[in-house]
Amino acid sequence: MSTFVYMTRCDGCGHCVDICPSDIMHIDETIRRAKNIEPNFCWECYSCVKACPNHAIDVRGYADFAPMGHSVRVRREEEKGTISWKIKFRNGTEKDFVSPITTKPWGKFIPKLSEGDKPRQGEMNSQVLYSEPEGLDTKKDLPTISKNSFKKGVYY
Amino acid sequence: MLTNNPFAELALIFPAVMMQYFVIAMILLIIISTGLDMMHKKNVIYFFRNAKKAKKSAKKDLSVGKKTAVILKTVAHDIATTSELGMGKRRLAHVLGMYGTLLFWIASVILIFKYTDGTNTPTYLTFIWHLGAILTCIGGYWFWFFLRVDVSAEAHPWYRIITADLFVLALLACATFGLAWSFFQFKEMIELSYLFLILYITSNLILFGGVYWSKFAHMFYKPGAAIQKNLAEADGSRDNLPPPADAPKQFGLGIKREQPKHY
Repeated sequence: MSTFVYMTRCDGCGHCVDICPSDIMHIDETIRRAKNIEPNFCWECYSCVKACPNHAIDVRGYADFAPMGHSVRVRREEEKGTISWKIKFRNGTEKDFVSPITTKPWGKFIPKLSEGDKPRQGEMNSQVLYSEPEGLDTKKDLPTISKNSFKKGVYY
Repeated sequence: MLTNNPFAELALIFPAVMMQYFVIAMILLIIISTGLDMMHKKNVIYFFRNAKKAKKSAKKDLSVGKKTAVILKTVAHDIATTSELGMGKRRLAHVLGMYGTLLFWIASVILIFKYTDGTNTPTYLTFIWHLGAILTCIGGYWFWFFLRVDVSAEAHPWYRIITADLFVLALLACATFGLAWSFFQFKEMIELSYLFLILYITSNLILFGGVYWSKFAHMFYKPGAAIQKNLAEADGSRDNLPPPADAPKQFGLGIKREQPKHY
């Protein structure tokens, strides 16, 4: 499954671009609306769906295991602290769920990314991820495997 | 300068009827290009298909009165104040640009059609024309330099120009060159006033001639989408979205969104 954007609802605010952990939500250069540039890299985390203030993002299921006609949609109301889900089955059955937005104490464990240094243009264009190498603990040399170990083959 | 009607001054050396034909040609360009755009994008077909789908999953039938009330409320709230942009700078810049542009265009049409025959132009009308252009510039440049999503959320530099910028740049050029033309005409700096007149005409041609390629038509589509969204909320179909939560008290406040600037 992957996300897609209802262009009529999107207002190009950039929240999905900001939150997508795969960095696949981007702004279209012709209409300045959000789009999923790499649907097959989408891991259906629903972050963008929940972050969208206009409910403009939906998830398209693969037809083989999520038959046509079903729908899973979400409404996030931060002022109430709730996140509601509506599951609609192909046969018309509907299920509604409401949960707290998070089970963590309010206001804790939120990374203060906006307080960090702004990246420079060179860093933006670089292949290195934000907080890399510290965040990934790759400051040291990458581990190597001796060639001889490959000759042993793989045994289960 | 604010009391200067640049079109009346121009009419002394240039036939007013040509200006009027120019305005009509621009209006025709908007209509034809928007029509072509709708045919190309098939968005009208999408709207009707979506409306049909929404009607099927509607929980209640809306009377004509109720529908009218929803549409009027949408016009007064969602469209007139661009509420979908939420509270903040984007909405303020958009409202400034929207009302500035409307005032600028409406005043231009009145000035060209009514006050290019030597009749004295009322001061408030020339003031509205200039005010419209200034508001457009404030909202537009604010948006262009700081608020554009490509700049604020994608971290692209402000000078990176994409197709989506055609509309805002042409609109800003119209307002800026219009103001500059009026200023230099008022100061009787003839060469500069002609230079900015030519730039003003060119930017108008790009703005209205580029409707098919630019975001110009979003001014028509967005209100339609807002009406459809609110009608879907009212009839219970809600585009399959869950209803607003009846939140238990212990849920407390949720984590508020931060500005999308964590690039």
